[in-house]
Amino acid sequence: MRTEFRLSGSGGQGLLLAGIVLAEAAILDGKNAVQTQSYGPEARGGSSKAEVVVSAEDIDYPKATDPDFLLALTNDSYKTYGKLQGKGLIIVDSSVCLDPDIKARTVSLPILDTAANVIGKKVVANIVALGVLGGISGVVSPEILEKAVLNRVPKGTEELNIKALRAGLELAAKAKNA
Amino acid sequence: MPEAKLMQGNEACTLGALAAGLNFFAGYPITPSTEIAELCSEELPKIGGKFIQMEDEIGSIAAIIGASLTGRKAMTATSGPGFSLMQELIGYSAISEVPIVIINVQRVGPSTGMPTSLAQGDVMQARWGTHGDHPVVVLAPGNVRECFDLTIKAFNIAEDLRVPVIVLSDETIGHMREKVVLPDYKSIKVVNRKAPATPAGYLPYKADQDGGVPLMAPFGAGYRWHVTGLSHDETGFPTNKGEVAGDLIKRLMRKVEKAEPVIRDYATESADDCDVLVVAFGSSAMSATSAVRQARAQGVKAGLFRPKTIWPFPEEPLRELAAKAKRIIVPEMNLGQLVLEIERVVAGKAPVERLSKVNCELFRPEEILKAIIGGSK
Repeated sequence: MRTEFRLSGSGGQGLLLAGIVLAEAAILDGKNAVQTQSYGPEARGGSSKAEVVVSAEDIDYPKATDPDFLLALTNDSYKTYGKLQGKGLIIVDSSVCLDPDIKARTVSLPILDTAANVIGKKVVANIVALGVLGGISGVVSPEILEKAVLNRVPKGTEELNIKALRAGLELAAKAKNA
Repeated sequence: MPEAKLMQGNEACTLGALAAGLNFFAGYPITPSTEIAELCSEELPKIGGKFIQMEDEIGSIAAIIGASLTGRKAMTATSGPGFSLMQELIGYSAISEVPIVIINVQRVGPSTGMPTSLAQGDVMQARWGTHGDHPVVVLAPGNVRECFDLTIKAFNIAEDLRVPVIVLSDETIGHMREKVVLPDYKSIKVVNRKAPATPAGYLPYKADQDGGVPLMAPFGAGYRWHVTGLSHDETGFPTNKGEVAGDLIKRLMRKVEKAEPVIRDYATESADDCDVLVVAFGSSAMSATSAVRQARAQGVKAGLFRPKTIWPFPEEPLRELAAKAKRIIVPEMNLGQLVLEIERVVAGKAPVERLSKVNCELFRPEEILKAIIGGSK
């Protein structure tokens, strides 16, 4: 079975890295994974999108066609990609204003706020988001996600990033129970 | 057992180049190829190789030609605008028979276009961008693992035939990350240049009997050798004799023509009994593969022919498949370039339909599926 993720937001939020870690976690778990991206010419501030496809089988087409999970951290990305969302779930940051015209099932979670105020570092919002996506999708286990995060993050930031990942997993658990 | 890794296309090109013996890179960073220069700048100093960031792409290709003359395995990487600047010296590499590898990670053009957007618009430029009849080999990877394999192959062909070889990647293949298991490095075949036995009586452009490829001495190692972009005779010195110039052009072209059956590389899927044959390369072939599989699942006899050598084009295998197919569809991210070669090869044996796209977004499989099914019913 093919599981498709679309991670969207603003350049500089680290969503590309979150997508890479998600794909690496899937590979650690013995699955196939492909990650693609699209971004504007700006290094920061422009629109940014990363996609991850995970499957136990061969992946021929690398892009998301009908994402099972759309993550949108900004109003712009929510408006752009929310409209295209079909069967899958939308996960937005709680700073995003919901639009009644966007009909797909949506959960709103304080991802940016958790990073800034609970963990105390805005830059780990991508790892919080990774925890949310991993937790809600269940595509890989929390243990494997931790291992994948530790493989990628710079030395000295391990503890911070694991804290962020766990905070994301907790947000996911709460959303699932709600 | 080599482990599975998430790897980017550009990274795989670089690792392939290193596995083939790359020890000199000169380039000018340009999206979407920059990761290649970046990784070369990290890896080459570790193995005693050289990385130079040049002032522009003209300087870059000039530098790799110079390095190759001294015996280095040399490469540059670029995208459309830089590739345009390199054209004159691709001709120089071809006529002076100095092996080089160029990786062109295509983006949309013309001119600077959009740096981060997908296109496959350099098919014809890769073949005929520089003036005059000239030999060139162009390879098109269709996934990340092939970026590794075909870059090795590019070096081997360059060394073997003494020609410029272009790896024609694109934004999607270059930036995509896939699960890759690299081969055991001991199993990789690497071609090294054959050097002449002695400087005495060395004629740098005297072709050997069978291959038509002269032996190449490293410059500065005691061999007398004149290198020029002018038409030359066996000594390498310029000639004004039309016949000598003509013989040189014919020999240069024949090197690649003769090698075509050996360097030929392509993949097929469900192509043996298909009514509708899709011919696609690079990133478009990923969409085409998905479309062909979906068509088969719906009971439509579709198949795929995916050239990996696109210049010279693998004519014979396509001609055989075309004789059996009812229709041929050619999806590509340009307004119709490779299709011209396919029309020539197929020569009316089956109708050839163009499926062109230039909105910078990779074909969705259903766009190709629609073309497959639409015409079959």
